[in-house]
Amino acid sequence: MGTILDYCTLVRSKNAGPFVLTFDFMFRDQAAYEHVRDAGVLTAELFARLYRTAEERITLVFHERALALKVSLPRPKVQCAPDDTDCYAGQQYAPLLDLEL
Amino acid sequence: MEIRVLAPTGVLGAGFEETSFQRGIELRPHVIACDAGSTDSGPAHLGSGRPKPSREAVRRDLRHLLLARDALRVPLIIGSCGTSGRDVGVDWVEDIAREISTEEGLHFRLALIKSEQDSEYLKRRLREGRIRPLDPAPPLDEEVIDRSHIVGMMGVEPIEAALAQGAEVILAGRASDTSLYAAVPHLMGADPGLTWHMGKTIECGAACAVRPWADGLFVYLHDTHFDVEVLDQTNGLTPQSVAAHTLYENANPFLIPEPSGVLNTEWATYEALSDRVVRVTGSRFEPAENYSVKLEGAALAGYQTIAIGGIRDGVIIRQLDQLLPMADGYFRNKIRDVFRGQVDPSSIEIRYLIYGRDAVLGELEPLRHETGHEVGVLITVTAPTQELAHAIMTFVAHASAHLPIPEYHGLVSSLAYPFSPPEIDRGPVYRFTVNHVVLPDDPCEMFRTEMAKV
Repeated sequence: MGTILDYCTLVRSKNAGPFVLTFDFMFRDQAAYEHVRDAGVLTAELFARLYRTAEERITLVFHERALALKVSLPRPKVQCAPDDTDCYAGQQYAPLLDLEL
Repeated sequence: MEIRVLAPTGVLGAGFEETSFQRGIELRPHVIACDAGSTDSGPAHLGSGRPKPSREAVRRDLRHLLLARDALRVPLIIGSCGTSGRDVGVDWVEDIAREISTEEGLHFRLALIKSEQDSEYLKRRLREGRIRPLDPAPPLDEEVIDRSHIVGMMGVEPIEAALAQGAEVILAGRASDTSLYAAVPHLMGADPGLTWHMGKTIECGAACAVRPWADGLFVYLHDTHFDVEVLDQTNGLTPQSVAAHTLYENANPFLIPEPSGVLNTEWATYEALSDRVVRVTGSRFEPAENYSVKLEGAALAGYQTIAIGGIRDGVIIRQLDQLLPMADGYFRNKIRDVFRGQVDPSSIEIRYLIYGRDAVLGELEPLRHETGHEVGVLITVTAPTQELAHAIMTFVAHASAHLPIPEYHGLVSSLAYPFSPPEIDRGPVYRFTVNHVVLPDDPCEMFRTEMAKV
């Protein structure tokens, strides 16, 4: 048990171009990577629910050599659209920090 | 064969340590390349043509690069000039380069590669079905093309063509970051998988170092592997930090699209040769069936006036959900009244952002109801002209400071403004309008190259 920061050295959200929101999770070590990969918490279903999109539009890739998880999805609001308040998408990861793993 | 590539920093104007750069020069690169742009800073740069960094910051970096190029007699390739890669961005960097060259007595053959797109060309390609949407893409039609500034993102081919014409300094418009580093190795016949992966690894300079920093990386590209080295002797690279850079600002770390195909890093391996050098093998390049040039477009969306304030009274904070829609209704009527029906209220966007409640995440905010003892309020008014945005904000700001609070009998100031007057004109605002690719007949047909002597 624990939260995501118990397992990660970095959690970040970024633009991958103006239309895609992307998340990077960098794990502390191999054990943390495997634990989270196998825990089944960080799933396409979770991101679809939190960021309000369809599950099939989520790209979710575990990258073992980088000890990382990559998740990308259509940006909930296009970068700098009238209702966008996070031009670099830099704070969109915040709700993930409270998740119980 | 060993091909050496110097990436002095992640973006022209971000700076780099002179000692790191000097070491990069001593390692005798075959090419120096540097990216100068991105869409990450938003549509304003593409829409307005104004660059993100200051002229002074670009001048500082470019001077070092031009002097090093002159000493080494190798190509210097700079892409996405002026942040957006618009023609005015290339002209801006050219002007700075000429100014430096005059002062330093430098001479070189210069190629300018322009990437801004002709709207008639794009309309023709659209009619031919040769423009395809990426996912997700806004709708594209001739009207969007006409009101947008659109650039095409070049691959290595226009850069290679300029090199073949003898260009020693290339200032390119919008270009794929990787292409700038890949062009010379590609031309020299290096392995394409390793070439593109090398380019992807160093395109942000030392951003993939243990201590991410605006500084340089150096690559030694061989037939079976490449070695990447962080130039700062006090910094480090690890297999994980290098592998992790394939994630950066990218949708999928294993499949990285380029105009001519896809870099596949799924089977790449990363091995530490020292604390500062990592060896990469096993990258593959999968050529695309159709060559594709990505388009980026931005259009004017109006003019904005903003006001910033704060609310400390909990009685008011608790009922913002009732007060703000009421205020909005009042403003719509006021617009009709003040402008005597000449301004359509639906052409005006009035928005309240409540910091401390849900301004950052919007409707995705799970803790919306856990407001603190104080909230920040940002009001924006966006209108077809600056004068109109300002005129509307004068009564929006005034009325917002006098919201009718049912509990209070008499006028209260419901919003604390730190400035007088509270209205701040922000000028034009822009939106991204295009996320598409063109399928051209030739990789160079969308780009215009001018050769000049400096």
